[in-house]
Amino acid sequence: MSNDAPVKKKRKFELDPRLAAYKGVWVFIEHERGQVHPVSWELLGEGRKLADMLGVELAGVVLAAPGDDGQRFCHDAFAYGADLCYLMESPTLQDYRNDPFTRGMTELVNTYQPEVLLLGATTQGRDLAGSVATTLLTGLTADCTSLTIDMDNRSLAATRPTFGGSLLCTIVTLNYRPQMATVRPRVMAMPERQKGRGGRIIEHPLAMAEESIITKVLDYIPDDSRDKPQLPFADIIVSGGKGLAKQENFQLVWELARVLSAEVGASRPVVQAGWAELDRQVGQSGRTVRPKLYIAAGISGAIQHRVGMEGADCVIAINNDPNAPIFDFAHYGIVGDALQILPALTEAFRQKLATTRRAG
Amino acid sequence: MSEKFDVIVVGAGASGNAAAYTLAKSGLKVLQLERGETSGAKNVQGAILYADALERIIPDFREEAPLERHIIEQRMWVMDERSYVGSHFRSDDFNKPPYNRYTIIRAKFDKWFSDKVKEAGALVICETTVKTLLRDDAGKVIGVEVDRIDGKIYADLVILADGVNSTLARKAGFRPELDPKHVALAVKEIHFLPKDVIESRFNIQDEEGVVIEMMGKITHGMMGTGFLYTNSDSISVGVGCLLSDFMTQKITPYQLLEQLKAHPSVAPMLEGGEMKEYAAHLIPEGGYHAIPQIYGDGWMIVGDSGMFVNAVHREGSNLAMTTGRIAAETAIELGRAGKAMSAANLALYRKRLDDSFVIKDLKKYKDLPELLDNNKQFLTTYPELLNRSAYAMLKVDGEDKRSKQKDIYRGFRAERSLFGLLGDAYKLWRAFR
Amino acid sequence: MHSVVCIKQVPDSAQIRVHPVTNTIMRQGVPAIINPYDLFALEEALRLKDKHGGRVTVITMGPPQAEAALRKALSYGADEIILVTDKAFAGADTLATSFALASAIRKIHESHPVTLVFTGKQTIDGDTAQVGPGIAKRMELQLLTYVSRINELDETSGTITVERRAEGGVQLLKTALPCLVTMLEGTNEMRRGSLPDQLRAARHELTRWDRVAAGIEDVTKIGLKGSPTVVNKVFTPSPRAEKAEMVTVDSGRAADLAVELIARLGQRFPVVEAELARRAG
Ligand SMILES: Cc1cc2nc3c(=O)[nH]c(=O)nc-3n(C[C@H](O)[C@H](O)[C@H](O)COP(=O)(O)OP(=O)(O)OC[C@H]3O[C@@H](n4cnc5c(N)ncnc54)[C@H](O)[C@@H]3O)c2cc1C
Ligand SMILES: Cc1cc2nc3c(=O)[nH]c(=O)nc-3n(C[C@H](O)[C@H](O)[C@H](O)COP(=O)(O)OP(=O)(O)OC[C@H]3O[C@@H](n4cnc5c(N)ncnc54)[C@H](O)[C@@H]3O)c2cc1C
Ligand SMILES: Nc1ncnc2c1ncn2[C@@H]1O[C@H](COP(=O)(O)O)[C@@H](O)[C@H]1O
Repeated sequence: MSNDAPVKKKRKFELDPRLAAYKGVWVFIEHERGQVHPVSWELLGEGRKLADMLGVELAGVVLAAPGDDGQRFCHDAFAYGADLCYLMESPTLQDYRNDPFTRGMTELVNTYQPEVLLLGATTQGRDLAGSVATTLLTGLTADCTSLTIDMDNRSLAATRPTFGGSLLCTIVTLNYRPQMATVRPRVMAMPERQKGRGGRIIEHPLAMAEESIITKVLDYIPDDSRDKPQLPFADIIVSGGKGLAKQENFQLVWELARVLSAEVGASRPVVQAGWAELDRQVGQSGRTVRPKLYIAAGISGAIQHRVGMEGADCVIAINNDPNAPIFDFAHYGIVGDALQILPALTEAFRQKLATTRRAG
Repeated sequence: MSEKFDVIVVGAGASGNAAAYTLAKSGLKVLQLERGETSGAKNVQGAILYADALERIIPDFREEAPLERHIIEQRMWVMDERSYVGSHFRSDDFNKPPYNRYTIIRAKFDKWFSDKVKEAGALVICETTVKTLLRDDAGKVIGVEVDRIDGKIYADLVILADGVNSTLARKAGFRPELDPKHVALAVKEIHFLPKDVIESRFNIQDEEGVVIEMMGKITHGMMGTGFLYTNSDSISVGVGCLLSDFMTQKITPYQLLEQLKAHPSVAPMLEGGEMKEYAAHLIPEGGYHAIPQIYGDGWMIVGDSGMFVNAVHREGSNLAMTTGRIAAETAIELGRAGKAMSAANLALYRKRLDDSFVIKDLKKYKDLPELLDNNKQFLTTYPELLNRSAYAMLKVDGEDKRSKQKDIYRGFRAERSLFGLLGDAYKLWRAFR
Repeated sequence: MHSVVCIKQVPDSAQIRVHPVTNTIMRQGVPAIINPYDLFALEEALRLKDKHGGRVTVITMGPPQAEAALRKALSYGADEIILVTDKAFAGADTLATSFALASAIRKIHESHPVTLVFTGKQTIDGDTAQVGPGIAKRMELQLLTYVSRINELDETSGTITVERRAEGGVQLLKTALPCLVTMLEGTNEMRRGSLPDQLRAARHELTRWDRVAAGIEDVTKIGLKGSPTVVNKVFTPSPRAEKAEMVTVDSGRAADLAVELIARLGQRFPVVEAELARRAG
């Protein structure tokens, strides 16, 4: 989306009759190494609402290799709210690759004609979404934070941040179908899993020979085998800011992280002061992180830091200033001295994990 | 890299831009080197522009320069903690074009000025810091070296327009270390407000502006002043004091500014604004006596680097532009006459400055900095007495005016002996004479 | 070896503020910079040139001011810069942008065959990560997104091997040239250009292409007309409905508070609870 696009008045318009045939809400079910990315379930939750508003069916789209558990993914999709699934199986879909996936997805769209197509804003989802939208010559709205239907004209109204998070804009795709959007992981709520909920599977072959595909996957190196800080993919991050006052105090962050087997993050001034490596900087000019738990100690919550971590499921902020901006978007706010709270948290988590371990 | 220019200008502030523009306009091959990301990128500060100095360089600048408001009213406030005694001068004469003084936002203005320099044909290179001056065996400056690969570059003349800190001039031994008594540390903020709010708050119309100069107890006895300028949709507010004073006082410049902003006469003017920029900068205030050697074999110094600031009248950018222009004109003239850029020939620059308002004005106030520094009563006792007197005289409380006057007089005597008072009056008269 | 790098000039978003009264964006004094993500692409292209020789062309589609971004790219060591600028491009979304850029790159290809096209991961203003894939599809190039390393480039066999960031690991991909690479951030560090490069950049005669020069005939594919998406409204985010659950402590109770917090956390955030359980086990 260009930010320079003039803001238009809402238009009344007649949908091209050929496009009116497009019906249904689709969610791309993304998987890697036998695991479905949770963002797909979140999107089914959101897609369900949209489908109900439009009075249409919600479908999951699974592209997989024959040995890949495609059927299981479809059944999981039903449990998370899909009415049906399109299952495309082909050996060429073994690993994610742009060409066969784009080809497969566009073929499904052209055949079954959905009006809305949602994908996760992941490395895979964005790669695919951009390619599919360009191939289909339709509109795509990236990184949406909320989705709804404008019932006046059945159009998808996708809201997303702009200008470094300081503003939001709502974008519509009027005379094009499908209307596509990507959504970041954990932006939408995870729906309840309904055991035993069923649906239809529509299988559709992909006629594509491996020989015709130029790009080959030589290897896959899972993250665990690497020892660099993998901040963006960490599930728990303990981050420290300038409020810790001294380099020695930053140790407290490390101690809590060790107990939690968490990654250590930092705000920019901390990195600039040399208390932490550049790889650990969270924020606009550092890493974007999406942990399940983000503990921020002595971080004010400036917008440039916020944009890098507000995707966290749960944010605990420790700050001695009750008016610190970080409390505007944290889930738990502890007003107090980080130098005292951090050791207390470290101890409490240690206990908690020990108890769980014994019980488990 | 053996490329050679006619002139290298170090720095793209007011003085460097004036020099580079004038030189390039005359057809010389000019290279301007600036450390910052762009010319003036770092400062969003509002400031006062004195039209005359710029007009002599770019006569029609008014048509295109980004100017905020022309000043139609000047207020002088002598303050204690709760009040001020002030004089306001406002005249419709200031509303007659061509206007004489404007408020500007430095970042916008400097960018415009820099674009003019480029248009005039100078090569402007930013994000490049001059590390040292290159000299030949005889000590003549023949070029500079910058902090980049293949960073040596040559010229017949190097003009140092690198600002108050001028590490280059100090390293080269052209200038002594900065004396904390000769520089003020000024802090400044810019507060955004809707245009119409500013206009109603200051009783002005579109494009009209107000300047407030503040002195007195707001600086805690330190030598310095506060100021407030109206821009189009923002207000610049700041305070500056001598570095030497900050070194002995406990207060930080930032705290001082916070106190100034909280002053009951200042706070309402800023209310509701959003602070956008905070900046701190040194101002050379040593005056006439602090001016170093400003030319030599292959080099000249202009602007703040040469301590060309008239602290009493808060003039700096105009002196910077004027010294930049005159240095450039000197070089052009020498070049045309086929003369070398030697110390002997460049002495003409100093002579021209002596004949201009720059040196004349600085000479006029040459003793003032010292005087105020040695006589803190001007900054503490008097402002307070003045304010108390005004309060006493204006308050209607049943006491007769003559008794009040007597009390006031007694107040002054109690704080300062009769000789002290007379002496102060004389000193001040001498300094401003 | 000829790389074309797509860069965009963006406002430094860190310095953008929303006017507290009028709620409008205050662009005033906000410096325009090269989209920081694009610098990783540019540096990678320069490194390939250091190693294999050849040339680096930098291209942007944008308003006349974008010239500054291009000159800067030149000062880092790029060989040629092209500003694709035309009023007809105004209001372009990613589909229209990728159309225009693809067309211009094809034009470049006619005179200097292109080996690689680079884009950044995403822009900090548009923030979509769509333009790179868009260009690749329009030009029918192999697409390599989120590349963290170029391991090997063999011009004779016309192949390239890269590491691509996937969600849970790194894919090692091999493909044929020419292709399009979107470079991941943090993968290299932009060099400091030499003084001669600075001088060259300042003096360089800029190539400007309008719509026609960029080889675009069909005006319905560019600008507002060629953009399926329409910005309906722009607004300031309302502060989050639920603010943080606040807990204040006097120093003595820090330990109790920590325990209490963890208990509450587990109830409200099953994901976190599950994650903790995973770590305990
Ligand atoms: C172009 C640009 C890019 C930027 N990119 C990034 C980025 O990627 N990441 C980033 O983080 N920043 C970035 N910043 C900087 C950002 O604007 C903030 O300055 C920065 O995030 C502030 O870091 P901080 O919160 O650690 O420090 P501060 O702002 O100094 O805040 C410290 C906080 O600690 C609190 N505190 C103090 N003492 C204690 C105590 N004893 N116990 C508990 N709390 C205490 C204070 O109340 C305060 O809220 C960027 C800025 C710009 C201009
Ligand atoms: C708070 C404040 C308020 C002021 N208000 C006013 C006012 O209202 N009116 C007025 O007329 N004057 C005012 N002044 C004074 C005025 O700003 C200065 O006198 C004037 O800007 C000096 O210009 P200059 O070119 O000499 O120096 P500067 O503007 O300081 O420019 C020097 C330039 O050289 C660059 N540089 C330095 N070293 C190197 C190097 N080694 N290599 C490359 N580049 C280098 C710097 O980055 C800088 O851009 C004020 C000053 C301050 C601090
Ligand atoms: N107007 C443009 N001109 C040139 N390149 C662009 C332009 N817009 C986007 N790009 C490139 O496409 C990448 C992704 O941009 P975006 O899809 O806006 O996030 C950027 O990192 C740039 O490399």
